[in-house]
Amino acid sequence: MAGPAIFLIGLFVVVPFLFAIGLSFTDQRLVTPNPTQFVGASNYNQLLGLNLLPLEPERDAAGQIVRDEAGAAKYPAVRSFTRKNPDYPQYDGMREWFSVGVGDTQWVVLARDVVFMTALVNTFIFVLVVAPLQGGLALGLALLINQKLRGINVFRAIYFMPVVVSIVVVSLLWRFIYDGNSGLLNNLLKSLTFGAFPSVEWLGQPETALGAIIVMSVWQAVGFHMVIWLSGLQTISPTLYEAASIEGASKWQVFRYVTWPGLRNTAVLVLVVITMQAFGLFSQIDVMTKGGPLDSTQTIVFQAVQRGYGKQDISGGSTISVILFVLVLSISLIQRWLTREKR
Amino acid sequence: MASVTLKGIKKSYGVTEVIKGVDLTIADGEFTVFVGPSGCGKSTLLRMIAGLEDISAGTLSIGEQVVNDLPPKDRRIAMVFQSYAIFPHMTVRENVAFGLTIAGAPKEEKDAKVAEAARILQMEHLLDRRPSQLSGGQRQRVAIGRAIVRKPAVFLFDEPLSNLDAALRVDMRMELSKLHADLKATMIYVTHDQVEAMTLADKIVVLNAGIVQQVGSPLELYHQPANLFVAGFIGSPKMNFIEVTAARSEDGRAIVSATDTGPISAPVRTSVSAGQKLTLGIRPHHLALTADGPIAGNVRLIERLGHETIISAALPSGYEIVAALAGDVGLTLGQPVRLAPETSELHLFDASGVAV
Repeated sequence: MAGPAIFLIGLFVVVPFLFAIGLSFTDQRLVTPNPTQFVGASNYNQLLGLNLLPLEPERDAAGQIVRDEAGAAKYPAVRSFTRKNPDYPQYDGMREWFSVGVGDTQWVVLARDVVFMTALVNTFIFVLVVAPLQGGLALGLALLINQKLRGINVFRAIYFMPVVVSIVVVSLLWRFIYDGNSGLLNNLLKSLTFGAFPSVEWLGQPETALGAIIVMSVWQAVGFHMVIWLSGLQTISPTLYEAASIEGASKWQVFRYVTWPGLRNTAVLVLVVITMQAFGLFSQIDVMTKGGPLDSTQTIVFQAVQRGYGKQDISGGSTISVILFVLVLSISLIQRWLTREKR
Repeated sequence: MASVTLKGIKKSYGVTEVIKGVDLTIADGEFTVFVGPSGCGKSTLLRMIAGLEDISAGTLSIGEQVVNDLPPKDRRIAMVFQSYAIFPHMTVRENVAFGLTIAGAPKEEKDAKVAEAARILQMEHLLDRRPSQLSGGQRQRVAIGRAIVRKPAVFLFDEPLSNLDAALRVDMRMELSKLHADLKATMIYVTHDQVEAMTLADKIVVLNAGIVQQVGSPLELYHQPANLFVAGFIGSPKMNFIEVTAARSEDGRAIVSATDTGPISAPVRTSVSAGQKLTLGIRPHHLALTADGPIAGNVRLIERLGHETIISAALPSGYEIVAALAGDVGLTLGQPVRLAPETSELHLFDASGVAV
């Protein structure tokens, strides 16, 4: 009976998964006349290679630090270490990611692939903001609609509606909302502040683009997690609430001693699901910003797709997928361990 | 410690009235049992006393205070639920101390009160376990412990033994009885099991369809049921009811007969007129085998319990009368028997079901 299902899962999940692991150790390209070659871990080095370069300020003959008119120390160009400098072969081909000044020394963090590092950081920011925000908001909504009121189903439906709309459609709509000239959000802010609020190109600036995508993503999926919380809330026995009310528990105490402990398993599920979904951030980026502006909305999956299909670098894309898999797996395991039932 | 007074208590959901006016006084320290079939409103009545259900009409007082509009926590009550309602993520100690934790009591006070409750219920060894490691009886003990710690004026029990197996139920019943003797608190107990009601209660309140049928001590209800419902509900096996016609009445007794039986003399409290249609109630335990008894039938069923034998005998009309005969009686199926009722223990009810 399970035969066809196993075959299909094997064909579309297991085989591609194993392929990705295998291809990540080769130089496979999408279309190429050259035979595929095994390249070991070089794809991983290429993506994850990091190095630290301590830059000493330039000194004159007397050992004094050379300063410009403003008094800032002058440093040698990073390029002089990373471009075919035979003295520093370990820095060859790397680019400056960011630098930190400690005393006079400027510590430069070099990355072999700065764009991927940005994507990694952006994805982590996205997960760290979205997981608590979406989970908490969904719980709040679930508590609100878990009441026996007339017409409560209308609210349940309204909150759930964005979930059933395709994320691509939602992204297109929110592009209008975020529009810099006559977008809904700008117009709304303008009318609320009587024209004092300046127009903002929400998706067109590195400072606001990722935030805009976070807000929209939280809004889109909050209804789904609300429903999961709601199902968790409804498994809690009403007599426990009655017992608590006889003991004189306040609303907050009821939540703390009855509701929240009863939601423990639901909380683990919601947290893990949101985290995994957030790591897979792609559609919104692809529709709304394509990773820009200035790589401020690059993400891991967007990078994987861009490399694999955009640049036809199948092995690079596979490597990113494998890295993402390991990341999500280890984070899920850590979450499970942290939220385990303590005996 | 406090008395509980209900005056004209009603409860309705929309147009459906489920409690149709209850007047009742429960004295301080009394063990009162609400008993009745499923859906008779006994649990609703208890939940109204607890404050978990609104009171649609009437006044409810605990002690001298009218508590209609007080929240449950201010009514000086504690409640034990059928499903125990103990918090699964807390240890027994935390569960028992829950009310004190909520009130922000200091640790020493909590420890002392929990220890006291655990001593009364003999569950000191369970205090650090979790509910999932306890049996049903132990869980109910924890729930009772949580109630004791509140030092309530009134204990409310909502079918507390219904989820336990038969043997454990008997044990817990005795413990509850002992607990009442120890604490001397007012207790209100809801059950559908008339045996629990008979064994535990100082006072039984029989409810049916939202109306109090009779209030009285267990033996009062057994010996002087006010109507057919109470007569049928209290006592096991159930009372036999035979349609009879009164022949004449004299000296507080009536001579009645039916197609099935010869003339039977039964006591009457009021009076009956000749020719009146009545229902004769005979408890199975008040029937004995005799050679010339007025009731004749054929044995259809024999249940041998050792100390007694319960038989069912078909009368000529087809009605099957149940008799509980003392000891082990040598009878076979189909055998004709004659039964004689104990004439002092008979009950007569008029056409509307009220005892006469």
